[in-house]
Formats: sequence, C-alpha cells, structure tokens
Amino acid sequence: MLAIYRREIGAFFTSGVAYVFLAVFWLVSGIFFYNGVIASGTTDTSSMFSSMFYIVMFLIPVLTMKLLSEEKKNKTDQGLLTAPISLWDIVLGKYFAALTLFIIAESIVFIYAFILNYLGTVTWTPLLGNYFAMLALGAAFIAVGLFISSLTENQMASAVVSLVALFVIYLSEMLVSSFENGNRLKKIVYKCVTTLAFYSRYVEFTRGIFSLPSVLFFVSAAFLFNFFTVKVLEKRRWS
Amino acid sequence: MIEVKNLTKKYGDKLAVNNISFKVEKGEILGFLGPNGAGKSTTMNMLTGYISSTSGEVLIDGTDILDDPKKAKANIGYLPEIPPIYVDMTVDGYLNFIYDLKKCKMPRKAHLKDVCALCKIEDVRGRIIKNLSKGYRQRVGLAQALINNPPVLILDEPTVGLDPNQIIEIRTLIKKLGKKHTVILSSHILPEIQAVCDRIIIINKGQVAADGTADEIAKNITNKHKMTLRVEGPTRSADDKKLITDAIKAIPGVKYVRADMEREKGVYDYDIETDGKTDIRRDLNKLCADNGWNILMLQLSDLTLEDIFLKITMADEVIRTDDDDDETSSKPRIDIKVSPNGKLRAVKEADSTDTADEAAEKAEDTDNNGGEE
Repeated sequence: MLAIYRREIGAFFTSGVAYVFLAVFWLVSGIFFYNGVIASGTTDTSSMFSSMFYIVMFLIPVLTMKLLSEEKKNKTDQGLLTAPISLWDIVLGKYFAALTLFIIAESIVFIYAFILNYLGTVTWTPLLGNYFAMLALGAAFIAVGLFISSLTENQMASAVVSLVALFVIYLSEMLVSSFENGNRLKKIVYKCVTTLAFYSRYVEFTRGIFSLPSVLFFVSAAFLFNFFTVKVLEKRRWS
Repeated sequence: MIEVKNLTKKYGDKLAVNNISFKVEKGEILGFLGPNGAGKSTTMNMLTGYISSTSGEVLIDGTDILDDPKKAKANIGYLPEIPPIYVDMTVDGYLNFIYDLKKCKMPRKAHLKDVCALCKIEDVRGRIIKNLSKGYRQRVGLAQALINNPPVLILDEPTVGLDPNQIIEIRTLIKKLGKKHTVILSSHILPEIQAVCDRIIIINKGQVAADGTADEIAKNITNKHKMTLRVEGPTRSADDKKLITDAIKAIPGVKYVRADMEREKGVYDYDIETDGKTDIRRDLNKLCADNGWNILMLQLSDLTLEDIFLKITMADEVIRTDDDDDETSSKPRIDIKVSPNGKLRAVKEADSTDTADEAAEKAEDTDNNGGEE
C-alpha cells in the first residue's frame, strides 16, 4: 500500500494535477476568506466553511479522475494486479494519496487562522470542528470519485460523472425540501434523502454543532465507496 | 513449477481458452506459439492472476493462483504485451516503485543495479520513461519483471518493437535467465521460439494443438518421408503421368503417389509418400535411369516449424468439422509419442497412428488444393 501511496503522491506532482488543485483551492478559499471573514469584519469562520463545500465538490473530481481510469487505459493496472498485493492495498494506497493532498489543501485554514489572530481573537473550537468536518466530507467525496474513476477508462468522463454525482448528492436535498410537510410517501422520501444528505450534515457543523453521527456517516460513506471500488476491480478480473 | 489443469476462459459466449492443460518443469523455457487471437495472452493473464479462469486450475510452485494469490504472485515476474510502465516516472523511480510494490527484501541498490545491467538500461536510469524509445521501454518492462528474482518468468511477446540487434540480445538474455528461472514466453515469431525455447506449445483457437520440442514437432507432424519429384517423361506430355505414377508405385515401400501440377512445359511433379521405413531415393533414381527419364528435381518435404505452424493452425479447421463431438476434449490434438523402435511419432491422442496420418493427409489436401489428380 505504501508503495502505491508514494507513487500516487509523486504522480500528483509530476503530472501537475497537484499544482492546479492546490492553486485553485487556495485561490477560491482565499476569496471566501476575504469576503466572508475579513471584509465583513468578523472572526467567525463558519460562513467561509459553508462556502467551502462548493470548492470541495468541484475540485475533488479533478483529484480523483485519473487515479484508476488512467491505469486501465495505459494497461498499467496489469502490473498492479499481478503484483503480490491485495486489491485493498491498491485502492487504499490511491485513496490516501488523494486524501493527503486534500488535507494539505484544506490546512490553508490554519494560515487564515493566524491572520485572524492578528486582527482579533480566533475562536478555535468551531474552527477545528469545521476543519475536521471538512476533512470528513472530503474523505467521503474522494471515495465517491475514486469509485467512479474505477468504472471508466476515460479521465474526462470520470471527472464529469464524479462532478455530476456529487452535484446530485448536493441537489437532492433541495429537490425534496418541499416534501417535508406532504403526504406520507413524500415524507418517507424526504426522510430517506435527508438521512443520506451530505450538504445539510456538513452545514450543521458550520452552525457550531459537532455531531458524531455525521462524522460516522462520512467515514462509513468513504468506507462503503472504497469497498465498491474494490468490488469493481474484482469484478473486472472475473468478467 | 507451473501446472495448468483444464484451464478454460469464456468471455460471454465466446470461448477464448478451451481446456488447456500443461506442465512446466523448473528451469525449462516454454514457448507459446499461436496466431493472433489464439488465446496466448489470455492464458498468460490467467497464469499471472490478472484475470480469473472460468474453470480449471493454475498452480505456481504448488500454490493455486486464485486461492492464495499473494503467495503465488510473489513467485511470478510478468511482462505483459504492453509493459505496465508509468510514462511520467524516471526509470529509476519506476524500478524503485516496483521494488517496493513487490516487497523485495534484497539490498536495494545492488539488486536494481544488477537488474539494470542485465537488461542494459544502466545508461537511461535517470531518464523519464516517456522520452524513451519502444525498445528501451520494453527493456524497462523486462527489468520490472526481473525485480525480486522471481522463479517464474512469464513474458508476453518480449521482443516486439526491438531492432534486430536488441532482439538477439534479449534472446540471449532469456536463454541465460532460463538456467535459473522457469520461463514461459509467447510469440508469433517462429525463429525466435525455435532459437530460445526448450519446448513449444502451439495454441490454436484456445486449444493446445501441439506440444513438444521443435524437432519433435517438426519431425512428426510433417511426414518426413514425403517427397516431391520432378521428372521428365519420354513423351513430354500428360500421357507420361500415368506411366510414371504406376512405375513409382511399383517400388517397394511407396504408399502413395500423386501427379501434381505441370511446373515446366510437359514436365510434372509427383508427390510421393513412403511408409517411412525404406529410403526409396536410390530405387527411384535407378528406375528413372533405366527408363531414360530425367530427374529434374527431388525434394524432401522436410518442413520447417513455420510450415507446421501453418499446417496445424489451418488444418485444425478441417479436422474440427469432422469430429465435432470431440471438440471439448482437453487433450492436445496431436501428441508426440516415442514408439517402441525408438522413433518419434505424431499420434492423435487416444487414437491409433493411422488416424493421425489420415488427419495429416487431410491437412495435406487442403494445402495442395491447386493439384490435379
């Protein structure tokens, strides 16, 4: 697993994906930081964090698009699948490489925190809570992206489909928001969608509620999608 | 070292590999020969655990590749048809990655140096693979397979894309490796297989068509006791044909004579088949001399591996239509057997020698469909 992890991290930087990802992430989060915190003259970072959902949503597909699709296209998966390692080693190696880059990107908030420290008092508890919430969200999204990357040979298709999938996950809540007070069927649909929702769970954190079930939800989602990815690789072998 | 039992692979309804069984001993170099799409790569992918088999077993050093893949795969070095190289890495970076991937325990620097020296890629170690030529990439692929010194090497068309010099180098290298490792290599280049391999398995349409050394296959599948005679008769016209055919038939040991096409004006070729025990060349010469016929050519049909290959891969279709119910049998169509008198014979498995001859005859007919009786 470590070998694959190291190679993937290296590949992120040699292929330039890491630079694009970090640059865009930091630029956009910087804008959110300026608008939401500095310009509004507050030290409350929660509005910045709730906007950051969109960056995570849009940028994770860039990170995950080529992880498995390119292996399949260049037939390098033959090397990995015939090496004396398990499928979990392959999937988790790639997963943690992407997660590491994501952590590097999101750790920019600590720089923002230091800037705020000069301008006023930083409320560390919500900031840290939000940081870990975003980490959990990213962890779940990367697993989704990795899973979609395993389904196709085309990087672009992988990126677009991942983006659409994440977008649908986000939009599904808005779609059913009017169902809350409808008939029984609508209520059931509403209940199902909100239970599986990513956005409202995340936003909950930015309102200052650190909910352990939500963290657990994100971690299980990450595990589940990694499990699916392993199954996809296994199925390819058996088909 | 490697044991394959009734290996079958189906892609949907398509049967890619049909009931292949063979064994490879330690230190043997086995060549896989077959036309494109015969199932060579599919078989190799199954041997290495890249894809699973629909049924059947692959044992690497006694370990089933599907039961304990990690242990079995640790014994294999695999060079697929397209080397699994990451083009944006340097050669050194890539080999180090493979070293880690295979959890190699040997001293890193020395081992990588040895492997690079063996594959002659020392001078490109610092370069990015993207910028290397096909030949170098192929050698990096080979180096990758050699890391961790696996006892079994499986090489799928290892010389594709190399220039003639490099091909010779790689062949020598494979021969050298064959002393310590068990090697399976596939190719559709016949001289290569002949030059390198101890044993050859010809695969056609997913089945083992022949199994043996090059000489064994060459000697037997093609009847060596077959020859073509070109002789000028007294009248230099088609009337000679009957006369000459009958005269040759009278020679003891001749089984079959057939007048073939008119190759030169008024001169015909005759296909002669003997029982394989008597050498009739002297009798033939005497016959012609006595009758005043001029022998213009006498050629023994000593077929090359290439001819056999063509014969097997093409004859198969003919044989196939004849015994449809036989098709699912796991045995090779033609096997090499040593008969009591020490002669090697091609026999159709579980059949008498005669049927094999018949099969060969049938094959012969398809080849000479331009002939006239």
